[in-house]
Amino acid sequence: MIFYEYEARKIVELAGIPVTKYGFCQTPEEARKIAEEIGGPTVIKSQVLTGGRMKAGGVKFADTPDEAAQHAEEILKLEINGHMPVGVLVDPKAEVKQEYYASVVWDGTAKRPLMLFSDMGGIDIEQVAEEHPDHVGRGHISNLLPVGDYEAKQVIAATGVTGSQLNRATPILAKLARLFRENDMVLAEINPLAELTDGTFVALDAHMEMEGEAEGRQKKLLRKELGIAEDDTRDSYVPSEFEKNVKEIDAADHRGVIQGKDHGFEGNLGLVIGAGGGSLTLTDAVRSQGGKPANYSEIGGNPSVAKACGLAKEVLKKDGVEKIAVMMSIVSNTRVDIVARGVIKACLELGKDPGETIAIFRIPGAWEDEGNKILDYYGVEYCDRSVSLWDAAGRAVAKIQGEA
Amino acid sequence: MSILLNKDTTFIVQGITGREAVNLTKECLDYGSKIVGGVTPGRKGREVHGVPVFDTVEQAVENHGSQIDGSIVTVPPGFTKDAVIEAIANGIELIVVVTERIPRGDVAEMVEFADLKSARIIGPNCLGLIVPEVCKMGGIGGPAKDAAKSYKPGVVGVMSRSGGMTTEISSSLTAAGLGVSTAVSIGGDAIIGSTYAELMPYFEADEETKAIVIYSEPGGRMEAQLADWQAENNSRLPIVAFMAGKFMDDESMKGMTFGHAGTIVEGKEDSATEKIKRLEAAGITGVERIDEIPDAVKERIGS
Repeated sequence: MIFYEYEARKIVELAGIPVTKYGFCQTPEEARKIAEEIGGPTVIKSQVLTGGRMKAGGVKFADTPDEAAQHAEEILKLEINGHMPVGVLVDPKAEVKQEYYASVVWDGTAKRPLMLFSDMGGIDIEQVAEEHPDHVGRGHISNLLPVGDYEAKQVIAATGVTGSQLNRATPILAKLARLFRENDMVLAEINPLAELTDGTFVALDAHMEMEGEAEGRQKKLLRKELGIAEDDTRDSYVPSEFEKNVKEIDAADHRGVIQGKDHGFEGNLGLVIGAGGGSLTLTDAVRSQGGKPANYSEIGGNPSVAKACGLAKEVLKKDGVEKIAVMMSIVSNTRVDIVARGVIKACLELGKDPGETIAIFRIPGAWEDEGNKILDYYGVEYCDRSVSLWDAAGRAVAKIQGEA
Repeated sequence: MSILLNKDTTFIVQGITGREAVNLTKECLDYGSKIVGGVTPGRKGREVHGVPVFDTVEQAVENHGSQIDGSIVTVPPGFTKDAVIEAIANGIELIVVVTERIPRGDVAEMVEFADLKSARIIGPNCLGLIVPEVCKMGGIGGPAKDAAKSYKPGVVGVMSRSGGMTTEISSSLTAAGLGVSTAVSIGGDAIIGSTYAELMPYFEADEETKAIVIYSEPGGRMEAQLADWQAENNSRLPIVAFMAGKFMDDESMKGMTFGHAGTIVEGKEDSATEKIKRLEAAGITGVERIDEIPDAVKERIGS
């Protein structure tokens, strides 16, 4: 789950990292009130889950509460990269002396969280790392031992920061590392981390992302502290009709798993394929041989006839789909005969001839002889393991192009 | 002759009374594996296909009377970390984690604990490993009779991020007469216990293994790590790599996950094209098509 800035700031605040006296609101009136309370120049920031807010006009400065309300009204109506804001954040305009960067991310190779710090904040960290590598400090933390302040200190000191700045930034980076671990984050970033003219440090903006698998055990933070509703999936991705329908069919029955995606696919060959790795391999094989997949899908874990049928039907109902190819890498758990029954049922229920509609059926493995018999009866071409995934995909492509 | 497993390898199944675990236990026993116990808290005294069930790993070890070599962990995600640490704390040195959807922090924690105790974790989100006609530890290859079709003893070590593709590739190596020394389904998550590079020293030390085949996907830096290992160690083993998911390089697919949790293109380094380049620069043969693997192996080992 990706958090909005106002939520990310709250997470940072809960971890004991200083933030400005910001306020989140959803109407111009509330924005005016918050600006009055702040009592000085403010910044009004759109709350959207997408980058490039500043460029798009989603961040504006106001000198008076009236101006703050006016900006809020405009920003609340402003769509950025296809996203409408959920509200605006009203922040006091900070007197910044210097901007720093602090973050914690996963390092998959080291299998540990990695702390990053730079005294060149406010800009893209990857650019800093490339152009000024000596201005980026790095340090892994343990997953087992408590995070020591000294570890954060080392990372910051490596960038040449010393004096009171080092001593003020150290607990902030250490707390960020602790919150990363405690809250199951995959990204915890403060950018910019600002040193104000009075010498204090505050988090001026924060980006947080929690791992989906861990949401179940982070209910206290999600529901209680942040007030995020259970059904708030906040998918910045808008699923297609096909994707929604496949998801529903999958959820209706606990046996096996089916998944379908068609974002970016516009072809005429429907793919009823599996499992994870097999689907990736087959999608490539179809495309490399000149085929145009209408979708991507994954079958796994021995789905029921209804599920296999449901997926095949959704694929067949897609605009422009002429034939489907039913292909999987060798199965040991999923039953060949059950998938065969499912896809034939889908054809029949849609009034199509399975022998014509199913370009190829290549699923070797468990219960393959039974599957073969059924397919044979309906005149569907069946391949066993002697036909590679590449060749099976090639035959399907040839058929839809009328060459076979 | 093999890595990590041999004919005498003993192991337990944690979570043995679960539906999938019961099947898996039968498959492994039928294949000839030595399962010396199972653990499900509160189910002590039962049996699963003749395997005694205990409440704790400690009891299983006590019953066995000596050290147990391995454990297959197939318990719900919320309990996996504790189960793995329990196994390691009781002297078990090889853990296959089947469970999917374990938060990364938990995986990293158990891997770090395993490192401290010199234990090795395979997975999570994997089907385990198999030494053809000797031992199968996990659901890899399916029921014993199906596994026998796909896996024959031979000279190729297989490592794959996809469980199903481990068997697909091994089956083609078997059909080509090359056979398999050991095949490992390493798991599809972003953080896993054993990467390609981390398993390479085992294959390097195994006389039977003459070549390596890896199945790979976009996402992560595991292939870069393997390329580095290959460049630094002057390995005797030629490596043939197949990379799936090239279609994910399209701009419209950026940030989307396909197949496995770890399969996502976020930056340039994650893409299939970039990975192939890196591998080939390290002298690893990349094949365009899945069916080209056996011939590429033959060419590299000169047979």
